[in-house]
Amino acid sequence: MSSQSAFAAALLNPDLPCPGGLSTWNGSAPATRFALYRNNVTVSLVDALADTFPVVQALVGEEFFRGMAQVFMQMNPPRSRLMAFYGHDFADFVEAFPPAASVPYLAAVARLEMARVLAYHAADVDPLQPDTLQAALADPDKLTSLRLVLHPSVQVIQSPFAVFSLWAAHQGALCISTVDPEQAQAALVFRNGLDVVTLALVASSAAFVSALQTGQTLMAATDAASCIDPEFDLSHALALLLRWQLITRISTGDEHHEHTH
Amino acid sequence: MTSFFNMELPSQAARAKSLPVRAGVGLKPAHFQEISQTQPDIGFFEVHAENYMVPGGPYHHYLSRIRGHYPLSIHGVGLSIGADAALDIDHLDALAMLLARYQPQSFSEHLAWSTHGPAFLNDLLPLPYNTATLQRVCDHIDQVQSHLGRRMLLENPATYLEFTASTWDEASFLTEVLHRTGCGLLLDVNNVYVSSINHGRDAHAAIRALPLAQVGEIHLAGFARAQDGNGDLLLIDSHGAPVAQAVWELYAFTLGLTGPVATLLERDNEVPAWPVLLAEANLADQQLLALSAEEVAA
Repeated sequence: MSSQSAFAAALLNPDLPCPGGLSTWNGSAPATRFALYRNNVTVSLVDALADTFPVVQALVGEEFFRGMAQVFMQMNPPRSRLMAFYGHDFADFVEAFPPAASVPYLAAVARLEMARVLAYHAADVDPLQPDTLQAALADPDKLTSLRLVLHPSVQVIQSPFAVFSLWAAHQGALCISTVDPEQAQAALVFRNGLDVVTLALVASSAAFVSALQTGQTLMAATDAASCIDPEFDLSHALALLLRWQLITRISTGDEHHEHTH
Repeated sequence: MTSFFNMELPSQAARAKSLPVRAGVGLKPAHFQEISQTQPDIGFFEVHAENYMVPGGPYHHYLSRIRGHYPLSIHGVGLSIGADAALDIDHLDALAMLLARYQPQSFSEHLAWSTHGPAFLNDLLPLPYNTATLQRVCDHIDQVQSHLGRRMLLENPATYLEFTASTWDEASFLTEVLHRTGCGLLLDVNNVYVSSINHGRDAHAAIRALPLAQVGEIHLAGFARAQDGNGDLLLIDSHGAPVAQAVWELYAFTLGLTGPVATLLERDNEVPAWPVLLAEANLADQQLLALSAEEVAA
């Protein structure tokens, strides 16, 4: 093992001894000084997770959160030098973390918070001009085969738990005592200008937006939503996408007739 | 239409070829709006490259605006120049894209390593100074400078440990790296002070031993205090406190040797309100302006 391998392994695993080959000017134990590096790595990575998941931390308390984050960090050191996205696999980890089993909705909230970070940093794409959009929607022959491309910041979070209300309660939007965590909810996360927006979404609309994101036609997405709720209102769902300028491109299935902004 | 031109055309200062001989401040997201709105009188801004390797959003929005009015230094923290493995070409490509987009006056990185295999350790880790590491660091810097098509500055590290495998002292090692690669020195005065305390050396002698003719930028920051296993003082390069008095004194001593040099105030933790950082930067600016005035008078 190279000296950097031993150094790196011992940084991530506090059970490993201080690596060899280290010296100090005053003959003091290198282990005390090595612990500084280990602490820097741990604190910086746990802090990065705390920045991304403030509501998860609020739900379980700082001590539990930091302990959990430390286990995550030891098992999943960053694979990217971009710390902004370090929490990408945190929700899956939380879901399978036995000490957090008594808080089954924690992973859902983590997914929502990660989606907010992704939305914040998502690519800048201009919305489709309203007249282009209206012209495309006005042609009933083509309407059903249209595909809508949504802004790269758009994400749908669906959960068997009250993911939106749990998050909203920690923004001061509603009182946590009124939230029933066992109620299934969906949330729509996207960026509007420079601000990340999080909205509650009914299940049929969540299915509709998700279907559009997988490249299904407007018709197929409407069918998917209607399966969940026969009363699904397409015009209402489209109005939401239009109001927040979330449609960036329309295609008719035939890419030669694509409308762009 | 004036506002249009203000938006689109970079100011004269922003178009300068090199960093001005003034104080600059590390740009933090908490200060984006205030800086963008008030356009404070400050020499330049510096950002960490990796924070801006995101696709879009507010980071790029504000950096583009601020870049239009100020010179910029892009400071990498993830290239891992001291790693005993090949440089990550994807990361070099991402850096090249970022530099092409923002056209910074300066690009700098560290004499340190931060990756091992696929893992990124998010810290600047120390390396032994010997013939093998010298060759590797020089090869990596050659590769960086040729990939990016520009000269880079290399920052001296703050360290807590030394290696029995070291056969060079840090200043001689840095001097040789600069000589072989043609890169410049980003002289972190706080790091010199921290390392000097941590390794029982004289900070002034440590400054004198460095290749001062190649200094392209100076960093100043605050440290935290701890103790080693013997109970001796150990300083931590925390970037979380105001610059210590001893470091201000070492800075004045350094400027006496180098002449005025673009100087960055770094604060990455416990980031205070913008006016507090600006006031601290003004302390450096006053020293630089006084020194520049002396040079003109002489």
